[in-house]
Parts: sequence; C-alpha cells; structure tokens
Amino acid sequence: MRPAENGTLALLAFAAGAAVFFIVAYALEWSTQVLGLAIGGALLAIAAALIVAGKQVAPGEKVKEERPRLADRAEERELEREIERGGEGVSRRGVLLGGAAAAGTALGGALVLPAASLGPKPADRIGYSPWRRGTRVVDEEDAQLSPADVKVGTFVSGFPEGADKRELGSPVILVRLRAEDLDLPADRSDWDADGVLAFSKICTHAGCTINLYRYPLFPAQSPGPALVCPCHYSTFDPATGGNRIFGPAGRALPQLPLGLDDAGRLIASDEFSGPIGPSWWGVRK
Amino acid sequence: MIRGAIRFIDERTGSAPLLRKALRYAFPDHWSFLFGEIALYSFVILVGTGVFLTLFFEPSLARTTYDGVYDPLRGTEVSLAYDSALRLSFDVNAGLLMRQTHHWAALVFVASIAVHLMRVFFTGAFRKPRDINYYIGLTMLTLALIEGFAGYSLLDDLLSGMGLAIAYATTLSIPLIGGDVGFLIWGDQFPGADDFISRLFIVHVLILPVIIGGLIAVHLALIALPHHSQFRGQGATERNVVGTPMWPGYALRSVGLLFATAGVLFLLGGLVQVNPIWQWGPYEIYDGTNGAQPDWYMGWLIGALRIMPPIEPTLFGYTIFPNPFFGGLLVPTLVFGFLFSWPHIERRVTGDRAAHNLLDRPRDNPWRTAIGVALFTFVTLIFLAGAADRIFVSFGIDYETQVWIFRVAVFVLPALAYLLTKRICEELRDTDWHPLRGPPGAAVRRTSGGGFQRVSVARAGRSRGRSGAPRE
Repeated sequence: MRPAENGTLALLAFAAGAAVFFIVAYALEWSTQVLGLAIGGALLAIAAALIVAGKQVAPGEKVKEERPRLADRAEERELEREIERGGEGVSRRGVLLGGAAAAGTALGGALVLPAASLGPKPADRIGYSPWRRGTRVVDEEDAQLSPADVKVGTFVSGFPEGADKRELGSPVILVRLRAEDLDLPADRSDWDADGVLAFSKICTHAGCTINLYRYPLFPAQSPGPALVCPCHYSTFDPATGGNRIFGPAGRALPQLPLGLDDAGRLIASDEFSGPIGPSWWGVRK
Repeated sequence: MIRGAIRFIDERTGSAPLLRKALRYAFPDHWSFLFGEIALYSFVILVGTGVFLTLFFEPSLARTTYDGVYDPLRGTEVSLAYDSALRLSFDVNAGLLMRQTHHWAALVFVASIAVHLMRVFFTGAFRKPRDINYYIGLTMLTLALIEGFAGYSLLDDLLSGMGLAIAYATTLSIPLIGGDVGFLIWGDQFPGADDFISRLFIVHVLILPVIIGGLIAVHLALIALPHHSQFRGQGATERNVVGTPMWPGYALRSVGLLFATAGVLFLLGGLVQVNPIWQWGPYEIYDGTNGAQPDWYMGWLIGALRIMPPIEPTLFGYTIFPNPFFGGLLVPTLVFGFLFSWPHIERRVTGDRAAHNLLDRPRDNPWRTAIGVALFTFVTLIFLAGAADRIFVSFGIDYETQVWIFRVAVFVLPALAYLLTKRICEELRDTDWHPLRGPPGAAVRRTSGGGFQRVSVARAGRSRGRSGAPRE
C-alpha cells in the first residue's frame, strides 16, 4: 500500500505543479503549445493519481449484486386497472378520444406552422441567375474582361456587372479553346467569343465551386480539356458545351453564351443554357 | 464533515438508503465498456470549451475588414463569423487552445460513440431490456454527426462553405419537397439569407446540445435501472451483477478516465493543429480548393456521393432523385435504418425474445458478427472512397480507376467479409481459441501408468451457448 500511496501523492504534486505552470503561462501569454502541455499534463497526472488510487490504494473488492427484477406481472395488471378506472362510466370513449386526437392534430399543426416563416417559397429564386442578354462580364475587381484576358490553358472567373458576386448564379468560369478544339453543338456554334467560353462556376451535382481546369500539356496522350469540381470530381467538357464526361453530376454544366460589345469586350449574348446549381425536383421543368 | 453533509441531504431528501445502495452499485469490468464513458466525458469537455467559445464568436455574415494579428489576411473583406473565429484564435489568450480542444473533442466524441456502438452491436447488448437504450444511443450518434457538421460549418471559412454547399444540394435532392425544405432552412438560394448562420448557431449551441444532454441523462438512467450487462465468468449469471463497486474502486477509476480524456484532448488541442481556418481563407461562392476533406465522420458521405454513378431519374420531366440523394441521403438512411431495425430483425430471425443480461462474445453469434463486420466493411469502403483523391496524391492510383474499383468493392468486399467472419467465428467458437492468445490449452492428469489423461474442467469465461444462431 505504502509505495502506491507515495506514487499517488507524487502524481497529485505533479498535477498541482503543472496547474500552477499553466497559470503562469496564461499570465505571461505564452504559446498555445505551452498552455496545452501544462493543462494536459495536470489533467493526466490527476487521472493517473485517481487510477492508481482506484487500483492500488483503495480496498480492491468485487461485489455481487442481485439485479432488480424488471416486469412484475401483478404490478402491471394493477397499473392497467388503475388507468382504466379513470375512464369508467364514460359511454362514448372512442368518440371522445377521436375528438381529442383531432383537436391535438389541428393544434399541433397550428403550432408548427410558424416555422414556415423561416424561408420564402423557392418560387423563381431557386436556380436563379442575374445574367441577362447584354450583361457585361467583369472580374473580381469589377474590371470589364476582354477575350485577350483569357489565355489558352488557364481559366478566369467572371461575374455579371453590377450584380451581387455572392449570388449562386453569378460566377462563371471562362476558358479559351483553340478553334480546332472547339466542338460545340450546332445550335451553340456562336456561343463562344473569339474561342472564349463561359460556364456556370457552380457544379450541377452538389453546388460546389468548379475551380479546377484540366488542360493537356501533351495532347497526344493526355485527356482533353475539362472543368473539374474538387468536391466529388464531376468533370465537364468545355469543348462540347459543358457535357459531363466523368463523376456523379446528373446534368451538363450550364453554358453562358458569350458575345462582344462594341469595344470588343465580353458580354453575355443570352441567359444560361439551363438552371444553375444543384438539381431539385423541378430543375428540368 | 461527511456526517454533516449526509445529514444535510438526508434531512431534506431522505435519500441516504438510496445513496448507500448507489455506492455499492456493481460495475462489471471489461475494457470495452469504457468507450461509452469516453463519449460522455468528451461531451463534458465539448460543453466546457464550447461555452468559452460562444463568449467570443459572432454568428453573423455581416461584412467587415480583417485587421487582426494574422498578417496574410489583413485587409481582406470577411464575414464577422470568420473574423471573430480568427480573433478568438490569435488575439484571445488561450483562445486557440480552447478552439482546437473543442474540435478535437468533437472528433473523439463521435469516434467513441461509433466504437461504443460496435461494442454494443457485437456483444448483443442491444437486446431486451436494453433495446430502448440502443435506439437512444443511435439517435445521439445521428445528432452528434449533425452537431459536429453544424459546428465546423459556422466559421465561414472555405471548408465550411464547401461543406454547406453540399448540404444545400443534398437537401434540395429530397424528392418533391427538397426545394422548399432547402429554402426553409437557408432562407434563400445558397449561400442563403444572412440569418442562416445565426440559425445554424442556435442549433449548434443550444438546440442540439440540450437534446443530446437530455438523451444522455435518459441513457444513463436506462443503464442503471436494469443494471449493467456483463460477460460470463466469475460467477456472473442473468440474475446478478459481478463487478467493482461504485465506491471507492469504480468512482476513482471512472473520474480518472474523465481526467485522462480531458488531459489527452487538451494535449491534442495544444500541440496538434486542427482546422487552421486561416490557411483555408474566407469562403466566397466563387472559390473552392482541391484536396478538401471534411471532418472524419462525414467522410463516408463524401465517398458515397463520389462513387455514385451519374444517375438522375426523371418522370414526366420531374427530377425524382437528384443525384446527391443517393449518396447524401439514401446511403445514411439505409445504414442508420438498418442499425435501428437490427434488434427487430434479430428477434424475428432467431425468435429470441428473452431478456439478456449476459453478453455474447462476438464468436458466440457468428451470424450477427458477420453481418456487423459486413456493414462495417461497407461504411469503411465508402469512407475510403471519400479520400480517393488523397489516395491518388499519396499512392498515385488513378482516380477514375479507383472510383470503378470502389463501385465494385462496396458490394463484393462486404459479402466476402461476411463469409470470412462467419467462418472465423465458428472456428473460434468450436475450438475455444482466443484470437490473440491462441488455443485454450487443457488440464491433464498423470496416470499411474505414466501416461497423461485429459481432465475436463468447467472453465470460467466459456460459453457454448448457440442461443443467438439463426433458426434453421
């Protein structure tokens, strides 16, 4: 017993020392690491002291207890009778219970309904984008972008001029493809501006931001250019108008048709090819 | 002094006999019973550190310009939430220690619940009279996942934003009502109304913690009422409990575990960096990063989202199941649904409706153990699939190849795990080998003729019961 008691005492002393050290470290605004070591050390020393005490110092004994008997049938029947006694003499019990249930349900509904104040109906806000025909394309600093700002093999983020950049439908990813790589469907043949293409930057799978652009350094062996979402790696082909080529996305990436204004700068020549952002029940309506 | 305190309480409550009995309450000894306690003590640390954090954190998306001590971000326009999280990390004395300890405690909280769940599952501790407690425990695990996710989503750093975007898309993917539910929660199209973060905050710091705290109280009461379950041996029967009494042995040990848990968490919080939001930067809708990984307990859902084929079934032009529905909602619903219905399934299949206070060893019920291991294999595989991009970076295995491997493996490997586990359990059960210590050995007696004769000894800790095997 004696060595164990001494050990416990030593551990408690260490804990006290470490706790005092923490107080000093806090007062002197020492680093997070020192604070953590001090308080963690104090706590662990107390833990060790308690465990040594529990195992060695205190009388170690085993007990054998009878379990409480659950489920006394006679008692259960008494309870049942007690409950039924409350309803004795009531002739139309079923009807009354039905009425109570109806009132309860209606009241419950009425009490829960104010939760609807939380959010508006999605109405036309879901999948909404501020891009319109003629909207100018600007960068993060609101400077208008020209096709020359978008180099082959890299991407630029664009925004609709004057709109909220934090709107889900605002950011577009701009890439430039060489003319021979472009493979847009016939009805989108004029959706590029000098080879510059724009797509919604929001993945149609889970709403993450498409921030990876795979561009082949050695086209003979590498797969073609692709827009990739870093969350679940949905991969879209800019050359064919944003078709999904890999990953879980269920829809193509919405494309924004581009044109040029009189000064040769980028503008949207129409709205997105489809609703932006993740899918919902009515996304294809 | 003790006498005075007892008198004070007893004169007002008359609880001396009850307390005396409580001090003799027997705790059966087994290391696997400690995981639930670790979860409980992590929760204590979470509440303590969490209260500290609320005193400094501002749940607001209002814009401000960061001008704190962290140089690389000075002058950046950020939300008040992100700004205050940076300030409490860098400018508040011991703030970073508290924040990191809080985060570590959350990781350990969910981990210990998960391991505790496995203990309960594999030993059959979920059977009557503890089935209600099993359902409560599963409910708490579900809430803990949401609570943890809500916590790290509050900070408005790049990772929170990416996680919330996925949560929004997953909500939208609920058939028919997804859009309405999404707008109800977010108040607008993602990233949502400015109120969203203060709503998330109150869910994280009040609503869910209070529910979890209440459930913990019920959970503990429902453990104590029928008393603890126990393994066979040392004279343990269905009618008794054999173990260390609450006082002094177990109380000292368990409070020791509380301090040990706290000590380890504070060491981690002080020494091991976690979620350095200043490196991720503030969230902007047009920003994202490669290599983003959620907290570990969300990893399986990311994996399920990733390996799902690009299916979006439509009917009359309506998109019945937007793709995130499968990985983000269906998989967790099936996994948790299976776990919730397991006690019922086992009762139906085995016909065993009796109350059990003696626990099975995993081998005692090869069928249940095999099913548990198969489920665990499935969840582990989709968890790994969630890290496939990291596997690509670390081991160079092509990402697209991995996705195909995982798509096949999530069906094949659980089946193999089932067969293998069942075989191993049956072998262990029939030979009574210990998985680590080997064969049990036998007692022998030397005969007068010089030979040896085996003596059969009724050994403690042995169970030949096949009570849990499926009905043939």
